[in-house]
Amino acid sequence: MSDITALQALVLVLVAAGGTAVVLERDPLHQSMVAGGFGILLAVLFLVFNAPDVALSEIVVGAVILPSLVLVALTRTGKGKT
Amino acid sequence: MRHRARLALFSAGALALAVLLGWGVLGLPRFGHTHDTVGDVITAAVTGERHVSETVGAITFDYRGIDTMGEELILFVAVAAVAIVLRDEHEEPLDEGAGRTSLQTSETIRFIGLALLPCVVLLGLYIVSHGHVSPGGGFQGGVILASGALLLFLAGDFRTFHRTVSEPVGDPAEAVGMGGYLVIGLAGLAFGAAFLDNVLPFGSSGDIASGGVIPLLNLTVGLEVGAGIVLITIEYLETIVRVRQREVVP
Repeated sequence: MSDITALQALVLVLVAAGGTAVVLERDPLHQSMVAGGFGILLAVLFLVFNAPDVALSEIVVGAVILPSLVLVALTRTGKGKT
Repeated sequence: MRHRARLALFSAGALALAVLLGWGVLGLPRFGHTHDTVGDVITAAVTGERHVSETVGAITFDYRGIDTMGEELILFVAVAAVAIVLRDEHEEPLDEGAGRTSLQTSETIRFIGLALLPCVVLLGLYIVSHGHVSPGGGFQGGVILASGALLLFLAGDFRTFHRTVSEPVGDPAEAVGMGGYLVIGLAGLAFGAAFLDNVLPFGSSGDIASGGVIPLLNLTVGLEVGAGIVLITIEYLETIVRVRQREVVP
């Protein structure tokens, strides 16, 4: 393999920013959406690092299933009302 | 005082973590290089040995197929646990029309959902059935199929969703997926080879009928994962509908 490409470096920076955004968002309802976006970023990261298999899983698990589970948990605890 | 103590504890922990992390990162191989050679060996050998063009699929369903069986069992048990915990309060039947009144969807969402549904299902089936040819496989395709079921929920209502992909369909599908994997593993024993040995003809590389048992194992995993995620979703959504129902009609 070769050295890191500009695209890979850019996506790494975006993932770092996305992870920070998930932590900085304090409202759990909004946080579930930000976490979904972070999941998409992670999928792009896996794709540009030649791991399309993992990227496919990450799209659905990180961007669809994880946020929905958080949303359900918020509904159950009654904290999802705004 | 407690605040200062906590800050001191955090600082010590953060410092130790930073030192350990820095130490570990310094010991990593250079970017794009690895210490081990197993990956190179398998990548070079897989097409000749298994007639498979997707190395990842050959590793997960052939060279270490028993690991994948363990992972599948973990998901199977997790789905069973969710069903056990959440289903016990579902004794009384759902109110008719509860899904429609408590979870409103706009026409736009219904239209986009119904338009996307066949595309997502087709993509899921493609990813499952080509797991030994191109990136993807049972797990990836299974979760895509499950997200298609989620679209059905968004586009329709909970009762349609519940009727169409409900537990009477989901439970057997999940069990058949899990059991099918074990049966294919036992087929290896029946042919006089080891458990999960690849006993079928390998075909020619790049064909959809290649790789021996790998595509069959992909199908069983796709069934198990798809049904499992749908079952978890149904259990959680039923919980939401019940919570909302209780709020509307106390």
